[in-house]
Amino acid sequence: MLDQPHGHRPNDGLLVREDLEANMFSVKREVFVSKEVLEREQQALFDRCWIYVGHASELRNPGDFKTRWVAGRPIIFVRGRDGEVRALINSCRHRGAIVCREREGNARQFYCMYHGWTYQPDGRIKSIPGEDAYPPSFDRNRMGLMEVPRLEHYRDFYFLNFDRDAVDLKTYLAGATEYIDLVTDQSPSGRMEIISGVQEYDIKANWKLLVENSVDDYHLIATHATWLNYMRNSGVNMTPPKDSGLLLPTRGAGKDLGNGHLTTDNPNYRGRPVARWISVYGEDAKADIEAIRRELVARLGEQRAARVADTNRNLVIFPNLVINDGSSVTVRNFYPVAPDLMHVTAWALGPVEETEAQRARRLHAFLTFYGPGGFATPDDVTALESAQQGYSAWRDVEWNDLSRGMDHPEDQSNTDEGHLRVFWRRWRDLMEARA
Amino acid sequence: MSSPQAGATRAEVEDLLFREAELLDGWKLDDWMKLLTDDATYYVPPNDKPDADHRFTLFTIADDTVRLRERVIRLKDPNCHVEYPPSRTRRMITNVRVGEAAGGEIPIAANFLIYRHRRGEPPRVFAGHYRYKLKRIDGELKIFERRAILDAEELGPLGSVSFIV
Repeated sequence: MLDQPHGHRPNDGLLVREDLEANMFSVKREVFVSKEVLEREQQALFDRCWIYVGHASELRNPGDFKTRWVAGRPIIFVRGRDGEVRALINSCRHRGAIVCREREGNARQFYCMYHGWTYQPDGRIKSIPGEDAYPPSFDRNRMGLMEVPRLEHYRDFYFLNFDRDAVDLKTYLAGATEYIDLVTDQSPSGRMEIISGVQEYDIKANWKLLVENSVDDYHLIATHATWLNYMRNSGVNMTPPKDSGLLLPTRGAGKDLGNGHLTTDNPNYRGRPVARWISVYGEDAKADIEAIRRELVARLGEQRAARVADTNRNLVIFPNLVINDGSSVTVRNFYPVAPDLMHVTAWALGPVEETEAQRARRLHAFLTFYGPGGFATPDDVTALESAQQGYSAWRDVEWNDLSRGMDHPEDQSNTDEGHLRVFWRRWRDLMEARA
Repeated sequence: MSSPQAGATRAEVEDLLFREAELLDGWKLDDWMKLLTDDATYYVPPNDKPDADHRFTLFTIADDTVRLRERVIRLKDPNCHVEYPPSRTRRMITNVRVGEAAGGEIPIAANFLIYRHRRGEPPRVFAGHYRYKLKRIDGELKIFERRAILDAEELGPLGSVSFIV
């Protein structure tokens, strides 16, 4: 049940207000424009939650590294010579310069170009030019690159936490683990990999709008009219059953997975590389997709195979990771750089066992919908930027309404907003705990 | 040097590229399609892997013929929100080079600079280079494969690649 009494405080002065008796839920538009809110989010969310760093498959060999920004910090995600995966803060212990300025590679050492300090791939200090000028109290062994306080992974998805006292990752992920399992179960060995080629683009909108948008199936008809049209042109039935009252061909659900995580869980109608054929894939692919399905059934049983193959799931791991398992699998991470600007990084994920043809099909399916050149994502970006522009009038039009489906809490569809409310309640609770 | 029948002169290739730029800037997309072969493809590689193969790497755009036609249908639709109203674009095509024809394909390269303007937004500049494969169909040069490789390290403030680059 998505909407339960929370025993929370009166609504006065809050940024999120709800009234279960009146079926009212609204979010103050100030949360999308305020610098003060963003600063509090940094402390209450990004400095305390488990934040996605990267996937084990990105670091195949000892010395492999990726540099990226995580929770506002420059991070080296690296596999040491000892095989251990680490997240190091990419800042020289001497005077702060970035010690690894490349996007990715294999490192024998990290070299600070400012004064020439070098570090091992595991972060330990390697050499300090002119070291004998330091006083005796200087302890070189304490000058290694700083490791993030916590780094843990669940099925190869690595998250960091800047709060030393945080609960362990698996506890934090709560019900989201089941939905990560449904993704990784696509691989016969349970091993998925990030496919090469990254999509990095900005959206001139508040980051929370992408959380909402990633799981909001209500917007599909209006925002993605041209994508629906493309699917129809390709021979896919996109019409809701007559008199069903549905907006989309199937009735899906929005779900609360605990700790602010949420997902949609929709009977598939738009095809899945693993494993539901649609005409877009072409007749040639039919037998192959049926074979993938047989493998799933043999390995997982009929029921579990159907869960993996016949449902689309857009999953939000609170606060800023989205794994969409739909036309293809995308891992999408985003971070605010200003109240009205976010950086988005998106990858494709696939089973390591895929054949060339299967991989090509997965990537083709990905690009039809997702990404900055897809038939859908650019219109999402436009919608979010348009909303952000509307929030310029946040003082005049103060509230967003998110009450869809509140009068039937036990039966919320994917086009209702019950699962969006899950995010906002968690957001509110963490922000208020901090205040 | 190849014969004019097998290959193409730079003047001929420039005429084709300049005509293409004019049609794309003018949003005359049906006319633009006539410059392409019936089995033409269109690629924009990812910014971090500009030399990659779309079968193994996630591209920004990797359109086979069917999807390229659908892309044009989408771009002409007022429900293509990102390009409605259509962006104003202006393309500069320079440094045109014509490679050695082989197997009926003429490889060409050119640099491009595209300014894209939308109301209330600062202009976005798409810089990069083209790699095309041309074919001669009934004596006429047509685009068989077009690859637009962006120089930007990441799309970042360029946002989406929503018009034909």
